[in-house]
Amino acid sequence: MQAFEYAAPKTLHEAVGLLGSSWGETEILAGGTDLVSAMKDQITTPKRVVSLKHLAELRRVEFSPSSGLRIGALATIHELLDSKEVQENYPGLIQAADGIRSEQLRAMGTVGGELLQRPRCWYYRSGFGLLAEYKGKPLVPDGDNRYHAIFGNSGPAYFVSPSSLAPMLICLQAKARLHGPSGSREVELSKFFVTPTSANEREHDIKPNEILTEIVVPHHPGVHMAVYEVRQKEALDWPLAAAAVALHMSGNSVSKSAVVLGHVAPVPWPSPEAEEALNGKEVSEETAEAAGKAAASKATPLSKNGYKVQLTSVAVKRAVLAAAKGGA
Amino acid sequence: MRGKRDKHRRPPAAKGGVTRRDFLRGAGVTVSGGLLVGTQVGKAAQAPASSAVAGPGAVPVTLHVNGKVHRLQLEPRVTLLEALRNELDLTGAKKVCDRGVCGSCTVFVDRRPAYACDLLAIEAEGHQITTIEGIGSKDKLSPVMHAFVEHDAQQCGFCTPGFVMACTAFLERNPNPTLEEVEKGLGGNLCRCGTYAGIRLAVLDAAKAMKGGSHA
Repeated sequence: MQAFEYAAPKTLHEAVGLLGSSWGETEILAGGTDLVSAMKDQITTPKRVVSLKHLAELRRVEFSPSSGLRIGALATIHELLDSKEVQENYPGLIQAADGIRSEQLRAMGTVGGELLQRPRCWYYRSGFGLLAEYKGKPLVPDGDNRYHAIFGNSGPAYFVSPSSLAPMLICLQAKARLHGPSGSREVELSKFFVTPTSANEREHDIKPNEILTEIVVPHHPGVHMAVYEVRQKEALDWPLAAAAVALHMSGNSVSKSAVVLGHVAPVPWPSPEAEEALNGKEVSEETAEAAGKAAASKATPLSKNGYKVQLTSVAVKRAVLAAAKGGA
Repeated sequence: MRGKRDKHRRPPAAKGGVTRRDFLRGAGVTVSGGLLVGTQVGKAAQAPASSAVAGPGAVPVTLHVNGKVHRLQLEPRVTLLEALRNELDLTGAKKVCDRGVCGSCTVFVDRRPAYACDLLAIEAEGHQITTIEGIGSKDKLSPVMHAFVEHDAQQCGFCTPGFVMACTAFLERNPNPTLEEVEKGLGGNLCRCGTYAGIRLAVLDAAKAMKGGSHA
């Protein structure tokens, strides 16, 4: 790890002032579970690290039926899981957080950090840059791409979005609140994730001197929601494919649905095809399977990840069935 | 990495004999002398400097470990694991993957489990750190340690301190776990000898032993 300056400001304003205006100069430290390892691997070599440890106001998890849920970016995964109000009103979020299978990561890792974690692409983590290039040529299409994207993968980005919480949060129309030098702004989480077109861009709509402060999730009374992850193992690892589903029911049939796929594209991947297959239908094995097939229908797998197409289909099917059984 | 680690190493303690650790430590200082010269100190970033900015050189860091206060001089980049092992000679927490995956470095930060390799020592200031040395000893085993012995829940033993810490923390959050909950709850630790079956039984047994009694 290269040496760096360290600052632990007492206010959000001071924190923003300590951040550089271009990527790479400074890094924001929250739980540290991604950043510290990335600094050891020299994936990032900031001159200054700005710790948010003193900004206790960013750690709250608050709920009211009128304004919904506000999750401070520094709330830990444990704090999200432990919230009775999240358990009662957002069971899909609990399922998503439960996929983070390490008590240590749950205790240290923050919700903001979970959304802002960098891709797990092994080329990126081995120093070939965010777009995994060597001598100007992309390594992924002809390389070992078994864990890479099967949607949105026409290049130059081939990695998959690593966030486990984002697909469910997007189903629930969450917004991200950011604070920068010119004040606060809000961005829909569905637009917060972006596919970079050059190695110097980021996977998020955030500027180097902006801090993610809060996630705001509207209240969705009566909406059925679930997440299903297909995993290689039960212990700590990122899923191979995941689906988040939110169903508005009218009697026995789906009046409106949201389906967002995780870990299959450079961004959380909405599936209007699956939503269309569900809307107006009664939920059954057959409709759930049809939704799964529809979700996978437009996949464009690479040379070694065709298996993820079937996993995606199964993840959607099982998430739909779980959502229909569960409640909100 | 090596340069930084070795920079803060103390010379071998004067003991009756030279232990393997002392020998390695002494050797490390010698071998790494040249590496230290190459350590680059980043110049200040462009953002306005603040009185709150520390480093990149060594700065005072106060750590509360196992009930004792330690005042150290550390670079901000030093991890808690490196500080524990290299500065305080608390070598129970192991450095294995050093990337927050294997769990061998697990300690408590205010009774919550943490990967000490993923936590900067300077970030641990103001928190109570507990290591495996702080929850039991050879003469006074904690309930989890005792259950590990009873169930032969280790083979080479390198992952064991991390597992004992993770199991203890898990049982504090889940005093009555099912086997399935134990399997999921220990997902943050790896044992490459594959002693998971014994570890799971040990956790279930320790849960029974800890009921109603005080524990580590």
